[in-house]
Amino acid sequence: MTDTLDPRTGGPTGPRPIIESTVSSQEQMRYIGQQAADARLNVEIETEGMTLNMGPQHPATHGTLRLVAKLDGEQVVSAEPIMGYMHRGYEKLTEVRTYPQVTTLVNRIDWLGSFANEVPFILAAEQLMEIEAPPRAKWIRTILFELSRISNIALFLGDMGVQLGAVTPVFLAFRDREFVLNQVEAVTGGRFHPNFDRIGGLKDDLPAGWIEETKAVMVKMRAFCDELETLLMGNEIFQARCRGIGVIPPAVAQEYGLSGANLRASGVDWDMRRDNNYGMAYDECDWKVWTHPDGDSYARYWVRLQETREATYIVDQLLDSMPSGPIMAKVPRIIKVPAGEAYVATENPLGAMGYYIVSQGELTPFRVKIRSASFSNMSVSPWVLKGVFVPDIITILASLYFILGDIDR
Amino acid sequence: MSSVLAPLLAVGIDDWWVQTVLRVVVGLVALLLPAGTLVYLFLFKMMSFMQSRLGPMEAGPYGSLQLLAEVGKWLQKEDIFPAKADKYVFALAPFVVLISTFLLVLVLPGGPDAYFVNLDVGIYFALAVSSISVIGILMAGWASASKYALMGGIRAAGQLIAYELPLVLAVLGVVIQAESLNMNTIVARQAEWEIFGIGAFGMPFIVTQFLGFAIFMVAIQAELTQPPFDMPVAESEIVTGYLTEYSGIRFLLFFIGEFATAGVFSAIGAVLFLGGWWVPFIDPTNNIFNVIGPLVLAGKMILLAFFIFWFRVTFPRFREDQLQRLAWKVLVPLALLNIFVTGILKVVF
Amino acid sequence: MPQIPGMIKGLGVTAKIFLQTVFPVRGWKTIIPAPSIGAHTVQYPREKEAPPTRARGVIALHEENCTACMLCARECPDWCIYIEGHKELAPPRRAGGKPRQKNKLDRFDIDFALCMYCGICVEVCPFEALFWSPEYEFSEPRIADLLHDKARLADWMETVPAFTEYEAGAEQKVKKVPEIEAS
Repeated sequence: MTDTLDPRTGGPTGPRPIIESTVSSQEQMRYIGQQAADARLNVEIETEGMTLNMGPQHPATHGTLRLVAKLDGEQVVSAEPIMGYMHRGYEKLTEVRTYPQVTTLVNRIDWLGSFANEVPFILAAEQLMEIEAPPRAKWIRTILFELSRISNIALFLGDMGVQLGAVTPVFLAFRDREFVLNQVEAVTGGRFHPNFDRIGGLKDDLPAGWIEETKAVMVKMRAFCDELETLLMGNEIFQARCRGIGVIPPAVAQEYGLSGANLRASGVDWDMRRDNNYGMAYDECDWKVWTHPDGDSYARYWVRLQETREATYIVDQLLDSMPSGPIMAKVPRIIKVPAGEAYVATENPLGAMGYYIVSQGELTPFRVKIRSASFSNMSVSPWVLKGVFVPDIITILASLYFILGDIDR
Repeated sequence: MSSVLAPLLAVGIDDWWVQTVLRVVVGLVALLLPAGTLVYLFLFKMMSFMQSRLGPMEAGPYGSLQLLAEVGKWLQKEDIFPAKADKYVFALAPFVVLISTFLLVLVLPGGPDAYFVNLDVGIYFALAVSSISVIGILMAGWASASKYALMGGIRAAGQLIAYELPLVLAVLGVVIQAESLNMNTIVARQAEWEIFGIGAFGMPFIVTQFLGFAIFMVAIQAELTQPPFDMPVAESEIVTGYLTEYSGIRFLLFFIGEFATAGVFSAIGAVLFLGGWWVPFIDPTNNIFNVIGPLVLAGKMILLAFFIFWFRVTFPRFREDQLQRLAWKVLVPLALLNIFVTGILKVVF
Repeated sequence: MPQIPGMIKGLGVTAKIFLQTVFPVRGWKTIIPAPSIGAHTVQYPREKEAPPTRARGVIALHEENCTACMLCARECPDWCIYIEGHKELAPPRRAGGKPRQKNKLDRFDIDFALCMYCGICVEVCPFEALFWSPEYEFSEPRIADLLHDKARLADWMETVPAFTEYEAGAEQKVKKVPEIEAS
């Protein structure tokens, strides 16, 4: 018998003692098996309270998230999110894909702001190759990044309305998002999966007339933000549903690894575009980081709405100051990233997204670890959902804003 | 009428039976036609226009036959009973709700002589009967044997019972001012009012009972479980609440019932506050009202229903404790104040 | 001055959208309701939005340029391109020279049921034999029919638009789509 530790119990491994079975009949066995299979919480027979399983198919959970909530009447005693229903094995897939192929794949992690997924990966690879993209490429990369932020968060602004019962904002969101997607399509060829970023720059340059059109679209998006401010944010019912609901103090937010607007809504002044800017053009324009001291659901909505407007200003400034020049640095035809490790994280629409690339000098990366924002954002949900009412579960989950593809990858 | 009845009387069919059958048929038409109109005009079209989209356009010209297509679709669906459901209660629940609506239709006056029944306790009967639908909803929620349905049913019970009270109190103000519970008399009173001696205008009770009207509109929004009071059917949380397990014709009955009730409540509001079938400048006893009265009432009903659906499109929903707080702490005191002031003014003037 | 409650302002927003949708026409025709114009709905298939020039609809093959180098088939993330070719001897360029070896395509299929529409094949082709076309209406009742063979891919070349001009400040040169000879 060796002295190695069993990671589960901390005790020595080796032949296990025989445990007397406490199950007296097949019936009981089957019943217990059924209970155990139901949810991780349901191992003993329940005598009080109700377990509400907001299952993988549910209108509120942005995708296939499962939330098992133990209720006492309409109040939550404990809640646990069960993720993984959409796991597609991205990190394993990247081990057998070349760098352009990985760029195509990672579009699909956060599918609403899809250009934003490519950028940290490309930046990490560029860091390993010690290549810097030319200024024009940096500008356009930042513009497309902010466009993906606008389209992603615009959908959130409408979607939170739908979760709360207001059916109109989501249609307005889809309507106005179309303009942004059309602009992305005009440049990249794809509305949802642009696949445009390349190591060393971008795939192609802007088509003629794009700058003027995009400026007009930014005006429309600002009008959309104003419309939503009046329609939804100013609504007393919305405020009554959101103010004071799901308060996350800044210390707890930082402990759980929240990022992005969730963190800023708790009052923490943290923005990677300003503090940790690598390879993007954020210091070339004048913009503001929005924080809110409350930390409740209303604050998260408010911060995201202001961020969307701020993004339109950033895009405007970058469009005005666009430098001329090449769109791609000199890179070899067949890209072999030299051996090494690099981690680059950016301020994605959902939060902080980072790629840790371990390369061994091959055509394909050796290992890519994807730090996705929604996974960490969801980790706070058991803490924040304790003691709230069932309708507030929806409000809080909606305000934390996760995309299933981002959680499960 | 006698020429129509003559062949039937000759055969031996009693006049009373003919009248009753006629009443039932016209009643059903009065129930379903507003429901269909409201569904098409407001749910499909007005809501869509407010969301910058077109709504159904394929079925029939401009989508006018979409409701028929939906009816056909629901009729041919399988009638699913959950395994653990309480069979008879589950089956009966939609009918209970519809019976309540149908009974409500019976007190609506279409004209001075065009009514189904002329009850002296008309509005009292209407309010009493409208509470039966609460039982139907509770039956649906309980019998579905599903957690979501149960939660929806319980939320509905609390909400509907809570908002019955402001509804009744708001109507009481009208009753005090009209000095009668009879629906036709209420319309006649609104026609008789004189301002500075000019009688032709009449005065719809909305002018004096504006507070009662506001409370009435909020209360019927809640009675119909429309947003912002649609916690019982909060779609994004509990997947249509007490309706979750229903499919096929039973769901259709709930659906039609919801819009028929919306139409009927709007019509009752039109009678109480907007003057019902009466149009200014025409003497209320004029026989022409028996012909155009239903149309006038329908027009006013559509006007009030417009507001119901406008609120539905614009507002998010209340949480149920906020709902209850609004009903008990805001609406009931306001309604009592309304009755108080109306009573005093009625005695003084 | 008391503020208008937010709920009333919200009603104003929906009313404004309603009026914008139902009465969009300016001028004396304003009172005629015209929601089909005012709404943002595009009534497909009666009305169709034109996709932008660069839209990635379907891939077209210009067989003359293709040398069966297999780069596109190798780089495809889904491995949805099937290429078979053989070598042929072509006549020498000058009299008395060596006969040249040329690759001839036997089979070039793209399975659009698998295709991710990522564009790596088009980008990676060194001889510019693949082009994007914005055509998107090629759905089939059978999945097997989504495998487009050489002839069909050549047909798509007719729908390939010319490359767009670039914005001011770009240093790229606009590529040319090869002329297809009428056959």
